[in-house]
Amino acid sequence: MTERDDKVGDMRAYLDELEDIPGTRVFTVARARQGYHLNQFAMSLMKADNRERWKADERAYLDQWPLTEAQKDAVLARDYNAMLDLGGNIYFLSKIFSTDGKSFVQAVSTMTGMDLTDYQAMMLAGGRSPDGQRSKKDKN
Amino acid sequence: MARITAGVATSHIPALGVVADLDKTGEDYWQPAFAGYDWTKAWQAEQKPDVVILVYNDHASAFDMKVIPTFAIGCGERFKPADEGWGPRQVPDVIGHPDLAWHIAQSLILDEFDMTIINEMDVDHGLTVPLTMIFGQPDAWPARVIPLAVNVVTYPPPTGNRCWALGEAIARAVDSFPDDLNVQVWGTGGMSHQLQGPRAGLINAEWDNRFLDRLEGSTQELRHIPHIEYLRETGSEGIEMVMWLIMRGALGETTRTLHRHYHVPASNTAVGHIVLEPVA
Repeated sequence: MTERDDKVGDMRAYLDELEDIPGTRVFTVARARQGYHLNQFAMSLMKADNRERWKADERAYLDQWPLTEAQKDAVLARDYNAMLDLGGNIYFLSKIFSTDGKSFVQAVSTMTGMDLTDYQAMMLAGGRSPDGQRSKKDKN
Repeated sequence: MARITAGVATSHIPALGVVADLDKTGEDYWQPAFAGYDWTKAWQAEQKPDVVILVYNDHASAFDMKVIPTFAIGCGERFKPADEGWGPRQVPDVIGHPDLAWHIAQSLILDEFDMTIINEMDVDHGLTVPLTMIFGQPDAWPARVIPLAVNVVTYPPPTGNRCWALGEAIARAVDSFPDDLNVQVWGTGGMSHQLQGPRAGLINAEWDNRFLDRLEGSTQELRHIPHIEYLRETGSEGIEMVMWLIMRGALGETTRTLHRHYHVPASNTAVGHIVLEPVA
């Protein structure tokens, strides 16, 4: 064991840093609290009979969950960035796009503003560089 | 006496499981990702581990938001592949080692790691894809598996330092188990990837390779990498690499690399894989 202490002493500073990353919503406790029902709704689509009820009438199915109107609108529009802003987590939201028959690559590309072909070409060329994407304040 | 003989780390990208299950590993896109595991499959056939302590994370499969354990150990007899929304993977059930698992749970708690004990759960791609990559497609998995699930989805995940220290405590627990068992510890997840937001698709091969470099030898630098560095440098899902540090911590002071593989891309992700052995 080393004697070094890696405890996070300043939680405010820790959380501020998590918000400093461009194009990223870290799934903090604030988002986990805001998105609890949104994520649990998405999780319900793991069950085949729920998927059938969801496909039959998406709005009626959503109305059974205590979501905000903004969350419902984001789900119906398949606006994944908006769902992330409203407390969604990608592993839970994946149940929605899986039910739509979409892969992770297809769904993820919609969040980037790129079309699928360009996104896949970027990945084949080695992915998105971290340069300029590390920090909003440091612009590096 | 039980002994930890090796550590293995690998990405657990779900697409790799799908491709293996559909027998498409020879396709041009996928072949280089899989080829880096050929050495390991042959090596494992000689090693014949009795038990694998498999560190992984659940992806909204067995656990939803109702319960979020930071560290959970599977003490059950058997774990079935999870239905992740398109039917369970057609891979063998995972057979546990309850005697060793309960012993480790007890030892860890007395060592001040307050584990969650799980007797019944399904295991998702985070656990079954590494088995496929390392063992191929046998009718039954050739080793017992103790699942060790880590929360890396809801912040904060455990610190790297805590993960490393948990690995050290796992080594103490294994050392005190009386049966003669060949035990491996696997860390899974990573490497750089981001699956969300406008920054999705981020890959940092340079950082990933420096991480692989520092798993070898006696440096303890990796245990001190803060969460924010994983997020900035390796994408929001790169944080999974803290799970590799449980494996590294379990191998003791010094390690030697037996095999190493890195490939970009597999769908959204950098594939990383390393095989380490402890140096006495």
